[in-house]
Amino acid sequence: MNPVNYLYLAALLFTIGAVGVLIRRNAIVVFMCVELMLNACNLAFVTFSRMHGNLDGQIIAFFTMVVAAAEVVVGLAIIVSVFRSRHSASVDDASLMKL
Amino acid sequence: MSALAAYATSTGEAFQFWVLGTVAVVGALCTILMRKAVHSALCLAGTMIVLAVFYLANGAYFLGIVQIVVYTGAIMMLFLFVVMLVGVTAADSLKETIKGQRWWAAACGLGFGVLLFAGIGNAALTEFAGLGAANAAHGGNVEGLAALIFTKYVFAFEITGALLITASVGAMLLTHRERTERARTQRELAEQRVRDGKHLPPLPAPGVYARHNAVDVPGLLPDGTPSELTVISTLRKRGQVRDVSGEALADLKALEQRSSERLGRDRDEEEANR
Repeated sequence: MNPVNYLYLAALLFTIGAVGVLIRRNAIVVFMCVELMLNACNLAFVTFSRMHGNLDGQIIAFFTMVVAAAEVVVGLAIIVSVFRSRHSASVDDASLMKL
Repeated sequence: MSALAAYATSTGEAFQFWVLGTVAVVGALCTILMRKAVHSALCLAGTMIVLAVFYLANGAYFLGIVQIVVYTGAIMMLFLFVVMLVGVTAADSLKETIKGQRWWAAACGLGFGVLLFAGIGNAALTEFAGLGAANAAHGGNVEGLAALIFTKYVFAFEITGALLITASVGAMLLTHRERTERARTQRELAEQRVRDGKHLPPLPAPGVYARHNAVDVPGLLPDGTPSELTVISTLRKRGQVRDVSGEALADLKALEQRSSERLGRDRDEEEANR
């Protein structure tokens, strides 16, 4: 097996995540799909790092993880505050900027 | 390429890839197809653990451990907390607001996937260098990463720190709610209750006369009907009130039947003796 198979797997996971973002309504699940896409990118970075024999890919994957953590914290806080004001976590209901 | 270049991984890694890769794809599909957010979160956690194993297999030992600690340990638990806050039972609505959106989305995803696969297939990626030399240069994977982070990428690393501080302050700002009025004291609440004139004594306890004293079992009124007042409003709203009045009545009926049978048998014996 060639490590390029990891790239195919990453592409598949990214596609699944993208489809999930398009078809789901629950904001939390949409967020999980975004996380899935970020993870797929990380897998591609790590695989590239192995293929090219240097550690820069892993550094980028590490930074992606940190940014994803920050993004999750802020995003979930937004979801919670939207849920408080609208009593719904559906992305269809939040069509106005202000209640 | 250098002498380190190779063309194939070990058979063991290939086996691991095909088995765990299947698990990862199934987990990802379950994430987008499960109707309840909790199930989605659990499936995604499984996929992330598989990805951590793949990082370890690819020689990224530090990232593999960080993946487990940060993603499955912290981020997914945060997701689960928010799912609990928002409501576990809230299922996704299946009503389509844009007609045919689901199929168009699936078609777009398929096209995108084909594009990605064709791109990877077109690139001439037959040999790979392996991480042996890069990991050994500084004495290990963690040391190598540290050497890069604190020299070449030190500026990005510091900006990341600023980003994390900003994110945590932002999260506190978004979820914090300012109290606009003074909290009422216990005395004021009691006076309010007397003024309103309904339910001066405490509410009746659950499970009275119901042969169970769990909080979700309503107490029974003397005629055997359950009293809604005895169960807390949260459970009432969720519809998680357990009604055992039927059971109690059935038990009573069975008891009566048994005693009547017994009485009848006694009478029969008496008649037989006579």
